[in-house]
Amino acid sequence: MQIFKTPHFDFLRWRWVAIGLSWLIIIAGIVVIKTKGMPLGVEFSGGTIVIVEFDQQPPDSSVVRNALERSMPGEGQNAVIQRYGPESARQYMIRVPDVGAEAGAGLSEKAEKITAALKAANIGSFKQAGTEIVGPAVGKDLRSKGQWAMGLSLLGILAYIAFRFQFSFAIGAVVATVHDLLVTFAFLAFFRYDLSLNVIAAILTVTGYSTNDTIVIFDRVRENIRSMRRDNMYDVVNRAVNQTLGRTVITAGTALLSAVALFLFGGEVLHGFAFTMIVGIVTGTYSSVFIAAAIAVIWQTWGKKPGKLAASVPTASAPATPKTRKPGRRRAS
Amino acid sequence: MKKNIRWKLLTSLAVFVIFFAVGVYPILAQRYHMPLPAWLAAKQLKLGLDLKGGVHLVLRVQTDDALRIHTTTTSEQLREALKTAGIAVTSISVDAPRSFQVQGVPPEKDAEFVRIADDKTATDYNRNAGAAGTYSFKMKDNVAITMAEQAVTQARETIDRRINELGVAEPNISLYGQSADQILVQLPGVNDVARAKEIIRNTAILELKIVEAGPAGSQEQLLQSYGGKVPDDMEVIQGSASSGDSSFYLMRKASAVTGTDLRNARPTIDENNRPAVGFSLTNEGARKFGKATSENIGRLLAIVLDHRVTSVATIQTKISDEGRITGSFTTDQVNDMSLILRTGALPAGLTYLEERVIGPSLGADSIRSGVTASLVGLLLVVGFMLIYYKLSGVNAVVALIFNLVILLGLMAYIDATMTLPGIAGFVLTMGIGVDSNVLIFERIKEELEAQRGVRQAINAGFSRVFLTLLDTHVASLISAAFLFQFGTGPIRGFAMTLVIGLISNLFTSTFVSKTLFEAVLGHRQSAALSI
Repeated sequence: MQIFKTPHFDFLRWRWVAIGLSWLIIIAGIVVIKTKGMPLGVEFSGGTIVIVEFDQQPPDSSVVRNALERSMPGEGQNAVIQRYGPESARQYMIRVPDVGAEAGAGLSEKAEKITAALKAANIGSFKQAGTEIVGPAVGKDLRSKGQWAMGLSLLGILAYIAFRFQFSFAIGAVVATVHDLLVTFAFLAFFRYDLSLNVIAAILTVTGYSTNDTIVIFDRVRENIRSMRRDNMYDVVNRAVNQTLGRTVITAGTALLSAVALFLFGGEVLHGFAFTMIVGIVTGTYSSVFIAAAIAVIWQTWGKKPGKLAASVPTASAPATPKTRKPGRRRAS
Repeated sequence: MKKNIRWKLLTSLAVFVIFFAVGVYPILAQRYHMPLPAWLAAKQLKLGLDLKGGVHLVLRVQTDDALRIHTTTTSEQLREALKTAGIAVTSISVDAPRSFQVQGVPPEKDAEFVRIADDKTATDYNRNAGAAGTYSFKMKDNVAITMAEQAVTQARETIDRRINELGVAEPNISLYGQSADQILVQLPGVNDVARAKEIIRNTAILELKIVEAGPAGSQEQLLQSYGGKVPDDMEVIQGSASSGDSSFYLMRKASAVTGTDLRNARPTIDENNRPAVGFSLTNEGARKFGKATSENIGRLLAIVLDHRVTSVATIQTKISDEGRITGSFTTDQVNDMSLILRTGALPAGLTYLEERVIGPSLGADSIRSGVTASLVGLLLVVGFMLIYYKLSGVNAVVALIFNLVILLGLMAYIDATMTLPGIAGFVLTMGIGVDSNVLIFERIKEELEAQRGVRQAINAGFSRVFLTLLDTHVASLISAAFLFQFGTGPIRGFAMTLVIGLISNLFTSTFVSKTLFEAVLGHRQSAALSI
């Protein structure tokens, strides 16, 4: 069985369209984040979450809100009140943006107020299934750590690809990865998923995954360069993308199967994680096929007439390969 | 050639059996009540808090407290030494956790002051001369750093002892974060966060002090005979609410005995049959206490806990090594107080930065959905591989299961903890494992199309794809390493799973999978390949 019987799509022809489409999504994402803000999980923004489990069929969320408003005027209005988990779990998640005093033992003060308010309102017996209280200092710490982790892992990948392939490829891979990050953030903002530690893990997974895709294609480009010395870079890259297309689609498909299973069956906590994976797998595959190689080609042909590019790659991995660089050409990087 | 394959098969099988025994068998054994040797049970894969339920706290040690105590002690020692030498200064005051000021040093005694000051402070403090007879002392940077580190370590050890006395199974109390003053406390299976916090955070700084004046109803009343001003070397301390005494006492800053002089503390009862805490002192503490009490017979002795007076008693006779803290306490309060005194005082105050309670039902829900999702994902992927790659798909499925078994086994072996993001890492490993097989199989198909024999196609497929696999795996390892280095808690768990998964996948997809192909092909030369 085979999905594509020797495909010959001209992927690079669509490079400017693809780059335009990506910009469109990214700019829309930036607009949404600027106007409505990026929804942050409690570990980044700080705040108090209380998860309560009712013994009987729980009341409507407006009833819960009124109960809070009565005991905590002003705060009940602004609290996030959501069903948590499946209907049968009879759980509500209540989130308020602040915590008790950080000094002393007062951190959990808000959480205690919330449960006291629900008890006072007499809206059915419940127990506290969980709480999550994060002071503002932690969020700041985590944000800076997250940025470091992301920045450094990108640099690491850049360095590795530059070492194994060549610099223009590294640029292509990193642009594609940054692209995936931005598009994923945009979709998280569109669909209002909280940016939590789990989601960050998913984003990093997906960037690693997209780099995988990109490397598989670049690897094929490197191999083709040796066998297609007469062809120009445009054809070599197009050929590589086509040769690996079956693999790209199947891999993305199976990963997507796992991610969808996580989304459907993974429970409340993994919801954001799975959503991010799904978006990331799609955008990662798209960027590997349409963006990464295109950027590498554009970088190489910058200031030269298109189509004039000779296939030449100084490979670090196979020093035994005869040098194919024509004399007088400037270094590709 | 055939012998070679046999060895490869045996190696694969041995690896499988070992990892299965460590990683999978204990789980099955527990579930279906099969015999489980103790050495295997000890290595069993541990569940994280998010799956098991429990309390997760992040505390910050206020290291400034410890520095301020040291600065205060040093300045008081200097005051004593100056008094003995007969040098009268206007004032000695602590103005920051790391510094204190001396004002009004008489010019004619300047040289002697410097000599005494250097003797008392030069090891830890830098001395700076200010305007006319003023000196400021600032703690040296390296001393401050060491002292802050010690405070955090000591706080961690104290919390550790207190938790152990509570009898929580497998607690995790460790330093946390990069700012070096945070402590993570994880208590699996505990739900009563309020009590855990009470025990952990209670600073329990015990001081026994001789009362200079008091009790008085208000601070003004107390200070009447001192001209309304607290003398430099004294302080005003109020009675604590629990002792039912809200009057004010004036006492010396320097204590007769402190918590560090305690040998033991235990619940007992006082002469009125009310719960009380009895304590005994170390030899050094008993000597100091004996001296202080014999010199002050007939005066009041205050027992000060966390800077509030809990009880006051008239000193009848010289007391050396035993004492009792009385007040209107409940039995629970007395039990907690003796536990805390016994386990040592915290060197500094603590604040909470983060507090999570995962109820047992929430954890169980997470396990159930995590496992369901993983199994559904696995089944979908297996189904797809079998349909798309036919018999070769079986090979891929075997490699996939192999991979998961190695992953579980290695995680159990290195005592890694399974968390929810860890389960996600499992799913990702599955994806990467499938990807490796897809890469290889697609390449084999291509080679077959180029009219090569089955054996050559398989060899070419594996050898050409190996470099690609190496590149993709190393790149993923690089990002996983950064995640592990800079991530916290759950992210680290995820990165850990990913790293192990990547390594085991490289082994299964290149070695195990290829061995299987070779074994099936056997010595036949050009059989058709079901792919």
